[in-house]
Amino acid sequence: MTTPSQTVGPFYGFALPYAADWELAPEGHPGAVTITGRVLDGAGDPVPDALLEVWTGEAGARGALDRAGTGACGFGRCGTAADGSYRFRLVPPTRPYLALLVFARGLLKPVRTRVYLADVPDPLLGSLDPAGRATLLARPDGQDAYRFDVRLQGEGETVFLEF
Amino acid sequence: MTHPPYLYPDYASTVLRAPSRPPLPMKDDPEAAELTGPVFGRGEVDPLDADLTAGHAGEPLGERIIVTGRVLDASGRPVPDTLVEIWQANSAGRYAHQRDRHPAPLDPNFTGAGRCLTDGEGRYRFVTIKPGAYPWRNHPNAWRPAHIHFSVFGTAFTQRLVTQMYFPGDPLFAFDPIFRSVPGPTRERLVCAFDLDVTEPEWALGYRWDVVLGGTPMEDA
Repeated sequence: MTTPSQTVGPFYGFALPYAADWELAPEGHPGAVTITGRVLDGAGDPVPDALLEVWTGEAGARGALDRAGTGACGFGRCGTAADGSYRFRLVPPTRPYLALLVFARGLLKPVRTRVYLADVPDPLLGSLDPAGRATLLARPDGQDAYRFDVRLQGEGETVFLEF
Repeated sequence: MTHPPYLYPDYASTVLRAPSRPPLPMKDDPEAAELTGPVFGRGEVDPLDADLTAGHAGEPLGERIIVTGRVLDASGRPVPDTLVEIWQANSAGRYAHQRDRHPAPLDPNFTGAGRCLTDGEGRYRFVTIKPGAYPWRNHPNAWRPAHIHFSVFGTAFTQRLVTQMYFPGDPLFAFDPIFRSVPGPTRERLVCAFDLDVTEPEWALGYRWDVVLGGTPMEDA
């Protein structure tokens, strides 16, 4: 009797974001990388009211909510800006990917996908055609930086997952 | 089917945001990062955050209520120490959000955001005020039934749930595409129950609502 999902709606912004929510690792943390990108809808327009959550699979010593303690944390959250953009600073985990959830007005349930930081042998990547595979690969974008866009619908639609 | 579909055209915002392809089933990866999830510590959540009527100069306007229940997994086991976040409109149906343009009054004594960790038996409890219904622009004369948004984590990222809790007997249920996007009688799981045992005399009405998280693929197998 699972409780059904409902949309996060447009007005989560005063409630769910928290200080340093996008900073899984503090600025200057050794080995930290930045991932930025945009969330786009079926018309290619930015989604300015999406909420992204990332989970690296490794909890770490830094607080998931209060960001207290040293080191890095495995969980982060970022609401998109007016141009649909988001950002995370994190330490790449041992696994080659990050788990990503996207909530938004108009999504009655979240979409989930993976952000692969490297094109490595992997059962999921290996099961996809080149076009689908490309949607899960973060693009290097300068030193210690990656880009990863989420296309909810249409041309270049991100491969979404169901567990 | 428990969850609503991605595409539900009566809810207009789904039309350009619903993925066109079904999600890829992930059943064969016992090492998947998604089978684990973040842990939130007691020290990170202020117990006062569970009282949405506190923290301001005065008392908020509206009907004071207690909302409590348990977070359970798909097998009915309580989920202790998990983060529950809520947010809502005030008693006049207005969110403390800069983009809410509904011409209803803001309440200087009510923000409408709270959070808590479930206790050892999976219980959560919030004190708040009953939110008002409010109009939106989905279709002519569209009104959302009163609801409280809930965000629940569980023990695995696969269980992550964001939903809305409604109040019993709301006449707007018949007209609300977000509520009606959930198939058939399943949508009743989104409606809390009035509970006189939760109600506190001379103080606040009580409502009870349990949240049941989905299973992980390994549990389903």
